[in-house]
Amino acid sequence: MPTITYQGKAYPGQPDETVLDTLRRNGIEVPFSCCAGACQTCMLHCLNGEVTERSQKELKPALKSLNYFLACQCQPEQDIEVALPDDEDVYVSARCVEKQQLSPTVWRFRLETAVPMFYHAGQFVNLKNEAGWVRSYSLASLPAEDELLEIQVRRMPDGQMSHWLIDDFEVGMHIDLEGPNGHCIYTDGKPKAPILMVGTGTGLAPLIGILRDALHQGHAGPIHLYHGARSKDELYQHTMLNELAQQYSHLHYHASVSGEEGENEIQTGRAADIAISDHPDLKQWQIFLCGAPEMVREMRKNAFLAGASMPNISADAFTTPDHK
Amino acid sequence: MSTLFEKIGGEAAVDAAVDIFYRKVLSDDSISHFFETTDMEAQHAKQKSFLTMAFGGPNNYTGADMRTAHAPLVAKGLNESHFNAVAGHLQATLEELNVPADLIAEVMAIAGSTKDDVLGL
Repeated sequence: MPTITYQGKAYPGQPDETVLDTLRRNGIEVPFSCCAGACQTCMLHCLNGEVTERSQKELKPALKSLNYFLACQCQPEQDIEVALPDDEDVYVSARCVEKQQLSPTVWRFRLETAVPMFYHAGQFVNLKNEAGWVRSYSLASLPAEDELLEIQVRRMPDGQMSHWLIDDFEVGMHIDLEGPNGHCIYTDGKPKAPILMVGTGTGLAPLIGILRDALHQGHAGPIHLYHGARSKDELYQHTMLNELAQQYSHLHYHASVSGEEGENEIQTGRAADIAISDHPDLKQWQIFLCGAPEMVREMRKNAFLAGASMPNISADAFTTPDHK
Repeated sequence: MSTLFEKIGGEAAVDAAVDIFYRKVLSDDSISHFFETTDMEAQHAKQKSFLTMAFGGPNNYTGADMRTAHAPLVAKGLNESHFNAVAGHLQATLEELNVPADLIAEVMAIAGSTKDDVLGL
């Protein structure tokens, strides 16, 4: 029988056992609920070996390609090594190679790790400074084209980590980095499907990574990217995105501001509202939402009600912890 | 003799029904607040578990699970009118998918059997 390795220890399976059965029989507490492959509570990450097709059937394409699977649905056919989604936080040291101001409040950092990190554009990393503050930052870089990891940091009035990064974290300094995390990524299963991306603030960072990944992989369907900010000077990649849209005729870039009047091609209003009124029927669309949690939550619902199927909606909500 | 779950079309039927059903529920102002959470993906998966059970499919839910899971909603005022509204959306979903009337009746009977546990009666 195949063995299941968890935290360095191998557990032999018994006939007809699922991965969930084997682990639980050995006293490992894997959360689970329905045992029918529907609720996805028992999702595990396969680090080595291959899991069965059945155990991934219900997962969204992004999770499949990252080797996640449902423990209750997997009777392994070979030895596998697994981890709980939460217990993989190993920090490595990353060096700041480049620091550049992109707008009055947004800075770009390019980081280098000693061992290249395998990741997908759109995933995020956790950064921990010497004071022990940990915050998540999305990656704007594309592994196929960029050697360095790129994050974009917006100065948040109450965000102590953002102040520290922008004011004190300089080129040449090191910071602890853990990742990659998250599953808001481009998957190449539907190259002709239309794509809708909506980002507010630095929610643009992962979207740029995902967008570049889609273009790099030859996505053929139309791509609509909506970026919303409060003021025009916060549309921090405006020129670059306009140029990219001129280069690719199927890429449409829509910029909007909600705190002042727009001008020329910059619309006035909230990005999500403009996106949904431009595209009231989202059946068959792939949707990517990144940025303010309220926007992500509202837009996920509206996109679903507009016909998008739930597995086709990928989102990364930028939750900000309260600072005391 | 094939089971209800097989006759209705198995997992493919659940997949076809879940989005239609959840859209109906979310669009109904009288009950949508019970279904709106920050984690819509998890909520969507729960609807799928529920439909799998109602369609006679494999599940491990007990009456006690149903009670515990819905207790917070009961505390927020979940009552029979809400239960009936959800059941109505389930029926409408099945009709929309042209499920034969005798199978719809079986599904509605299973869904109806959860009422006391869902409402904590």
